[in-house]
Amino acid sequence: MTIRDMVDILKARVLLGEDKLETPVYTACCSDLMSDVLAFVDEKTVLITGLTNPHVVRTSEMLDLKCLVFARGKVPSEEILEAAAEQGLVVITTKATAFSACGMLYEKGLRGVPVPLEWGAEEA
Amino acid sequence: MEALIHASYPVASADYVSAGRASADIKKRLKQLGVGGDVLRRVAVASYEVELNLVIHSMGGHLDLDVYPDQVVLVSADIGPGIPDLSLAMREGWSTANEEARSLGFGAGMGLPNMKRNADDFNIQSEVGKGTTITMGFKLA
Ligand SMILES: Nc1ncnc2c1ncn2[C@@H]1O[C@H](COP(=O)(O)OP(=O)(O)O)[C@@H](O)[C@H]1O
Ligand SMILES: [Mg+2]
Repeated sequence: MTIRDMVDILKARVLLGEDKLETPVYTACCSDLMSDVLAFVDEKTVLITGLTNPHVVRTSEMLDLKCLVFARGKVPSEEILEAAAEQGLVVITTKATAFSACGMLYEKGLRGVPVPLEWGAEEA
Repeated sequence: MEALIHASYPVASADYVSAGRASADIKKRLKQLGVGGDVLRRVAVASYEVELNLVIHSMGGHLDLDVYPDQVVLVSADIGPGIPDLSLAMREGWSTANEEARSLGFGAGMGLPNMKRNADDFNIQSEVGKGTTITMGFKLA
């Protein structure tokens, strides 16, 4: 799907990057733990989060993420949006909770960033 | 070998607002040099985690970037407090981060293991009362 499809599915509001809505998206991740995102995401994906601090944008910058989705209608400060604009990030906000947003996108075919689902021998 | 680029960034303790600026600049400079793809992402992630550790855990320090024709080297050095048990600190999930760091989405105890995973060479030296020095090398193809 494209970011525009995500906007439609989530009935989202586009805060930044109106001109990049045709960008295709293949995967997404959802987390409020930036350390976790930095540890397992290794592709240009979409981040769904409930955190609106500057480090969400910094983390996106480090990983070259395509799109930030703020759940529960959250809107980051002007300052944070400016930083996001500088790096050309698409930023959207949806009324849905993070859980519901993920569910709606999954239902329409979007999948998570690939991580191993089976326990390794040493963890089982 | 002579470094193509050398840059040193002071990083202040507990300066959560500026945290990440050095890493953003490092990423920009490397990009300008034509470093991209997987290496750039690995340097950026490791740099950001090590810079945040300086802010969250140290009493202040600096982050140095050296770019050689065959590798990128990042050195983080601080003035304390040092890490009492390195093997514990390296363990995934171990963290002494405060509430402020946690509220920003850090303090999951994933930083050091993630740096080690992303760097081609990883070395950590620490002495309580003296400080911590982390050296990371990233091979350029
Ligand atoms: N520069 C440093 N100075 C002092 N202690 C540090 C430093 N870097 C890391 N540590 C210690 O190592 C622990 C693990 O670090 P890390 O894996 O980055 O996790 P986190 O930053 O989420 O706590 C920290 O909680 C802290 O106790
Ligand atoms: Mg850390």
